Amino acid sequence: MSFLSKQNKTTLTEPLNLNNPIVAQVLGICSALAVTSQLKPAIVMGLSVTIITAMANVVISLLRKTIPNRIRIIVQLVVVAALVTIVSMVLKAYFYDVSVQLSVYVGLIITNCILMGRLEAFAMQNKVLPSLLDGIGNGLGYAWILVVVAFFRELLGNGTLLGYTVIPQSFYDLGYQNNGMMTMPAMALIIVGCVIWANCAYNNRKK
Amino acid sequence: MEHLTSLFVRSIFVDNMIFAFFLGMCSYLAVSKSVKTAFGLGIAVTFVLLITVPVDWLLQTKVLSEDGILGVDLSYLSFILFIAVIAAMVQLVEMVVERFSPSLYNALGIFLPLIAVNCAIMGASLFMQQRINLDPANTQYIGSIWDCIAYALGSGIGWLLAIVSLAAIREKMAYTDVPRSLRGLGITFITVGLMAIAFMCFSGMKI
Repeated sequence: MSFLSKQNKTTLTEPLNLNNPIVAQVLGICSALAVTSQLKPAIVMGLSVTIITAMANVVISLLRKTIPNRIRIIVQLVVVAALVTIVSMVLKAYFYDVSVQLSVYVGLIITNCILMGRLEAFAMQNKVLPSLLDGIGNGLGYAWILVVVAFFRELLGNGTLLGYTVIPQSFYDLGYQNNGMMTMPAMALIIVGCVIWANCAYNNRKK
Repeated sequence: MEHLTSLFVRSIFVDNMIFAFFLGMCSYLAVSKSVKTAFGLGIAVTFVLLITVPVDWLLQTKVLSEDGILGVDLSYLSFILFIAVIAAMVQLVEMVVERFSPSLYNALGIFLPLIAVNCAIMGASLFMQQRINLDPANTQYIGSIWDCIAYALGSGIGWLLAIVSLAAIREKMAYTDVPRSLRGLGITFITVGLMAIAFMCFSGMKI
């Protein structure tokens, strides 16, 4: 069974931790910070990026022998822009409230460096199946960081998760208060900094 | 005139590209190691913004919208058209810089073509697209090409200000004793977070 040969498996799992697009390669930071004030948009954004990365990797990998080298960036951008337009329309049709919350950041998936990075570094040289796995792996690596950051920001900022209150009323009666700072843009940066710190410390210890 | 000034000042301080919207984060973190290159990149970004936002505004209002020359609502094509304009403009700027100032061209190196995938550029065009529909009394409203120019210039200067100040801090930080796992990216994120908190005090400003 060639589907999950050892090499393909590494392609899929490495971006999840060791070679994570956000914490190790520092790609796609902009949207990672902006959409994480609540869990729901973060999940939707993570899934959208995963789908687009996987699809764009497949398309570019199919076309890799026919694209002239000199205009490859424009071809890649157009493929990505077309896919993003489709995803943006689907979101507007089925998840209207989330697409309003995400506002311009859906369109900004086009300029997400993860996409361009993977297309340049992987899809231009590899066959279709590994490219698909690489796209899914990197998309999920991006998504889980988003979910972690959004989890802390929503829990500490609003006391809710996915819109449901999880901190019991008795805590508030004892004087616990939501930390409004957490929903501000500035705290997103600091939390991502801490996630990178934790990840670095974990990887250093394993070495 | 009053509207232009307030739009300009707002886009530098209140709606700062980096601290309020996290746009252009990737190159912001990658190029902010020395003040000199940071300044060069900031100027290049401002220049590209200054061309692309008004061009995209003309496309959006005169071609893509329903009362444009084609008479059909084509706004779903905006992602593809905007990114094509940006890629073409960056190519043009690259050629002009190479022809007339080879020293600046060499100093910027790879980061000049990478402006094409800088989210700050695409983000400014997408925000401009959103702001056309605002109420004209709103300070963020963009209704004419002069508004576009003021907005683009302000956003560019705001980005320049942010990258130069971070580069200055990072130059000094080279001499400090940072915990091992936090070194490099982690501490940079936390620094940017603290800078963003400082910039939050502008958000109460009424202009």
